[in-house]
Amino acid sequence: MAKYLLLKHYRGAPAAVNDVPMDKWTPEEISAHMQYMRDFASRLEETGEFIEGQALAPEGAWVRYDGPGRPPVTDGPFAETKDLIAGWMVIDVDSYQRAVELAGELSAAPGAGGKPIHEWLEVRPFLTEPPTISE
Amino acid sequence: MNEALLRSLTPAVLGILVRRGADFAAAEDAVQDALVEAVRVWPADPPRDPKGWLITVAWRRFLDTTRADAARRRREDLVDSEPAPGPTPAVDDNLQLYFLCAHPSLTPSSAVALTLRAVGGLTTRQIAHAYLVPEASMAQRISRAKRIVSTVRFDQPGDVATVLRVLYLVFNEGYTGDVDLAAEAIRLTRQLAAAIDHPEVAGLLALMLLHHARRASRTAPDGSLVPLAEQDRGRWDTGIIAEGVDILQTALARDRLGEFQAQAAIAALHADAPTAEETDWVQIVEWYDELARLTDSPVVRLNRAVAVGEADGARAGLAALAALDDALPRHTAVAAYLHERDGDLATAARLYVEAAHRAPNLAERDHLTRQAARLKHRQR
Repeated sequence: MAKYLLLKHYRGAPAAVNDVPMDKWTPEEISAHMQYMRDFASRLEETGEFIEGQALAPEGAWVRYDGPGRPPVTDGPFAETKDLIAGWMVIDVDSYQRAVELAGELSAAPGAGGKPIHEWLEVRPFLTEPPTISE
Repeated sequence: MNEALLRSLTPAVLGILVRRGADFAAAEDAVQDALVEAVRVWPADPPRDPKGWLITVAWRRFLDTTRADAARRRREDLVDSEPAPGPTPAVDDNLQLYFLCAHPSLTPSSAVALTLRAVGGLTTRQIAHAYLVPEASMAQRISRAKRIVSTVRFDQPGDVATVLRVLYLVFNEGYTGDVDLAAEAIRLTRQLAAAIDHPEVAGLLALMLLHHARRASRTAPDGSLVPLAEQDRGRWDTGIIAEGVDILQTALARDRLGEFQAQAAIAALHADAPTAEETDWVQIVEWYDELARLTDSPVVRLNRAVAVGEADGARAGLAALAALDDALPRHTAVAAYLHERDGDLATAARLYVEAAHRAPNLAERDHLTRQAARLKHRQR
């Protein structure tokens, strides 16, 4: 089993096929989208492949050490210029193929007009501990 | 196994150990050990006096862990000479625990964790689960908190306001798994109200009950928010509302108004209205004026602007809002709502989008996005 991070982006990802901002959808379309994501997560819970999912607020800042005795430097939030991560889901699956398959399924969540969004999701494997026994 | 009974005995047992001279951290560990032992032994061999049993086991455990083997004889003497378990005035001990666990030297999250464990009798695992924190992190948080309060000398009465703030924080948290934090906060506040005669304790208890009574109607089955005006009032728990109103009236009659009583009064006026349209907004604005006088909080003034919008019309609400800093949390959401009521749908839709971006939680973000979507579709 290997863990993968599925990243959703507010910005910075290539444009989705059905690229309509959420506030332009109908309330029913929003509900359908949310329901799709909930159903997806609970199906993965049943297969034992779901680890966790979290949504992130859009604000963020860059923070950096600025020398001894000085407060950290903060910069940002650069709302217009940097990638923004909207949220993630962590899954624990048997293969990379399975991770890609699930990401594809998540990307098909319905959006405007009830049609799939086809948004780009980033799939990143977790780095893990070295194996205790290696052959 | 009666877990509720075990939990309700925890603070009294802990308080007695501390009063007998055990330091707080060691006493707390000993009580936890005794609880574990109770869970193991009681089903087959229930004690006649559960509290006495717990005190004896916890005290022995405390002595075991604090005295070296070399002092065995002395320890046995001590066990022999321990006061016989029996009716003990636990009220003062309980109170002291509340004050200790909410001590100002603790961060709010540590105070909350320690209160749930020492006063509430929850396990570290349950608390970690309720706050979605790994168990190891929560264990660290609790032992740090215990170390800090172990150095606290308790020679003066604690500050009730600090305790109430901690209980309020517990109540406000969401909950997952097997611990319902809102219900737990109510249980602890009831216990506190029984131990101390203070109108603000009653005020907080009333406030919690009045909000708790509406809980079932606050979210739709899919988890989305249902605004107050659209809630199914038939699902409000009238028994809990009546109890809350009763407690509040007794507290108000004592004429020592505080912020929790004022908040509870507002909640009671909402709970009292048979329909949203029949809400007594004029009286609610008056209570917000009291609350603003008591707290001088900008958040209170923001809520007041909403009430003014309902009592005197959207324009009046917007005027009240204009006097406030627009960086306040939910300021944009309130502005959007008042502009919609005023008929300016385009501005309202734009503000709902902005408010959704600033929303502090998912349910609110979804709700505000839906509001924006609703208005944009109505304008077409």
